[in-house]
Amino acid sequence: MTDVKTDEKSEARRPSLGQLFLQNLWAANTVMVTVLAVVLALLIGAVLIIISDPDVLATYEYITARPSDALNSSWTVVSEAYANLFKGAIVNPEAVSAWISGDGDWQPVFAPISETLTYTAPLVFTGLSVALAFRGGLFNIGAQGQATVGVILTALAGFLLPLPPVIHLIVALLAGAVGGAIWGFIPGFLKARTGAHEVINTIMLNYVALYFLSWIIIQGGVHNPERTDAISKPVDSSAQLPRLLGDDLRVHAGILLAVAATWAVAWLLDRSTFGFELRAVGANPDAARTAGISVTATYTMVMVISGALAGLGGANMVIGSTANALTPAVVAQIGFDGILVALLGRVKPWGVALAALLFGALRAGGNTMQSFSGISLELVTVLQALIVIFIAAPALVKAIFRLRAARAARLSTSMAKGW
Amino acid sequence: MSGVSTITADDVTVAPVPVSFWTRSRKVGVGFVVTGVLAAVIFGALATSETVRFTLSENASGAALKIDGTVGAILFGVIAAAAGGVLIAVPGKKWFSWMLAVGVVGLILSFLCWQISDAPAGQNFMPLVNMLRGTFLLAVPLIFGALAGVLCERSGVVNVAIEGQLLMGAFAGALVGTMTGSAWAGLFAAALGGAFVSLLLAVFTIRYVVDQVVMGIVLNLFAVGLTGFLYERLMQTDQQKYNQPPHFGVWEIPLLKDIPVLGPALFRSNIFLYTALILVAVIHVALFRTRWGLRTRSVGEHPTAADTLGVRVLGLRYRNVLLAGVVAGIGGASYTLLLYSFTKNMIGGKGFIALAALIFGRWSPTGALLAALFFGFADQLGTYLSAINSVIPSQFTAMLPYLATIFAVAGLVGRVRAPAADGKPYIKG
Repeated sequence: MTDVKTDEKSEARRPSLGQLFLQNLWAANTVMVTVLAVVLALLIGAVLIIISDPDVLATYEYITARPSDALNSSWTVVSEAYANLFKGAIVNPEAVSAWISGDGDWQPVFAPISETLTYTAPLVFTGLSVALAFRGGLFNIGAQGQATVGVILTALAGFLLPLPPVIHLIVALLAGAVGGAIWGFIPGFLKARTGAHEVINTIMLNYVALYFLSWIIIQGGVHNPERTDAISKPVDSSAQLPRLLGDDLRVHAGILLAVAATWAVAWLLDRSTFGFELRAVGANPDAARTAGISVTATYTMVMVISGALAGLGGANMVIGSTANALTPAVVAQIGFDGILVALLGRVKPWGVALAALLFGALRAGGNTMQSFSGISLELVTVLQALIVIFIAAPALVKAIFRLRAARAARLSTSMAKGW
Repeated sequence: MSGVSTITADDVTVAPVPVSFWTRSRKVGVGFVVTGVLAAVIFGALATSETVRFTLSENASGAALKIDGTVGAILFGVIAAAAGGVLIAVPGKKWFSWMLAVGVVGLILSFLCWQISDAPAGQNFMPLVNMLRGTFLLAVPLIFGALAGVLCERSGVVNVAIEGQLLMGAFAGALVGTMTGSAWAGLFAAALGGAFVSLLLAVFTIRYVVDQVVMGIVLNLFAVGLTGFLYERLMQTDQQKYNQPPHFGVWEIPLLKDIPVLGPALFRSNIFLYTALILVAVIHVALFRTRWGLRTRSVGEHPTAADTLGVRVLGLRYRNVLLAGVVAGIGGASYTLLLYSFTKNMIGGKGFIALAALIFGRWSPTGALLAALFFGFADQLGTYLSAINSVIPSQFTAMLPYLATIFAVAGLVGRVRAPAADGKPYIKG
């Protein structure tokens, strides 16, 4: 209760902008908690790297005799790993100096950014999908399944329909959105009509979609006849998203679509009538119903749009530069990662875009870390999960770092509503 | 029923609450009539007149139940339709579960008659012992997982992290089992591994009030990442040292093992199956007959009331969530301490089928057992069908558990209801 005195003082003399900034810097605000969550995750990741390295672990057996050995070897292995993470995600200083001195091309300089953006694009879509449903009071765990159905329809449109270039691409994208929308409609409709919980249904539909994918790949007309493994025909080049920085770099127009989608979702949520209804239903369905908003129609519509977004994310996986044919693992984990991205982005559209950028960077850096330091890419999954765990429990981060309470208490985690 | 009471009953139904003619029982009945007739017509037409044999052994030999393929497909389809007819004619709960069972079994048998009669020559039989054994073995992790769900959710904590708990159990079992060379030590470690995931779930959802579904999903990814990371760093570099777990053998139970059909399928099995079946009974009795059970259920239904009566809500929730982790961890060990060694992401969605079994079994231990067996049967059926070159792709039988659950929660097979406070954090105030 020492604050009382300070409060009186500050009332007498208004603090300058700089003072306010410093005061709020070490407070439990969104940015600070996010940064510290990342730091905590990286620390735990470092511990994992150390205990899983037999050579480093060996130095700990005589730590009391020569502690410097243990510390040095730990520092080396961790710093090298994280340096590679940085080089693979943002920029590699060696490539920059090579370019400046004229020894290298410009492509290696932008390669890390290009990789990061390539991984970011689909995550923006699935993240937006989950975030939009959240705002409408629904927990869409089915982004994975919706992306799966999206990727199937996109790929089918991509190699079955003979269409001219631009139209083909548009049709393929639409097919993905429609596929996702159908897969989102089912749980939305069931929720609206029967009250069946969307969490259960979306989980179940994820697996139905997965088995459907593994079935359709090996059907005649879909399966690539030149291959013996489970892979479909490749998508025509006329349906591929154009690459932005030449053929050597993988970044493609999907990232532009992702930005456009973010803007569209932000507009939908904050400016449109439907967005208002959606938020009203999300905040309190009973009050919304009383106010004359059709809760059932809103639930269904939210899931349809959410599914369409996830479907577009899936489309990115087969007409971007990641892959050009269906395989059982073609959608990777983008749906589940989308849940993490949405939570990290505080279920706000532009927050989601930034969170997707962070996750894309981690994924891109993880590849470099795996090839140059031999650290398994799975570490990235651990880091991502840890970051979101800490984000979800700001009270924990606040307690660990003894942060001040934030002025605006925006860090609530009250999303719980059960089955 | 006397005439007077009938009149009274009619008056009651008409006056305050108008009950629709289409009760749940009647709707399900119509469903069975339609599907039963369809099955009789379609499966009957597709089936051949080969003799279908359900042998009471592990192969084609021995005694068998025989029926002509076409006759069987039509007969069982008609039986399913008849069960539907009974449901329409005799509404009410009295016959519901029996007729439901007759209908489902009739449809399955009609389908099987078609499939088996259509199999390649010489394979027109289904070895029942094999099917039964496979069903139980495939159901084992589902039973453990679903029981973990029962323990958590009955006390009001949603457990979507079953997948992660199973995975961590499998991993810890393999790692410690290999390093100590003892399957028992591995089993103990597996229980701790599952409990570790549970501990995170409990601390974050109860202490820090994080959304329980969110936490479950994140923990699944965490478990996949952590075990995958350690697998690639440790186990792949030195299989001998870290990933060759000792296995529990077959334990035959004297006397019981000689029962025909059931004996070889059920009682010449392993420690995990026995534990699973015993646990179902123990948890069922504990949940509905003991003080702990009453408290657990009250905390899951109405924590405020329980608190008022002096039950320590949060303490009980912590304890039950941890217990659930132990149960799921042991279930995970059934992967690595029985047949295989650890591989990355080896649970592969079984945790979510367990979740489905929990919901399909209506949050009760015995219901979860039956649902797990049904899903195990679907799994085994897929294997059998691909062995006889069936036209039904195995992917579609694999979808069955998930689709069945969607039907169940949508109220088409009968409304399922979660414990009232399931998923709602309790803040004392």
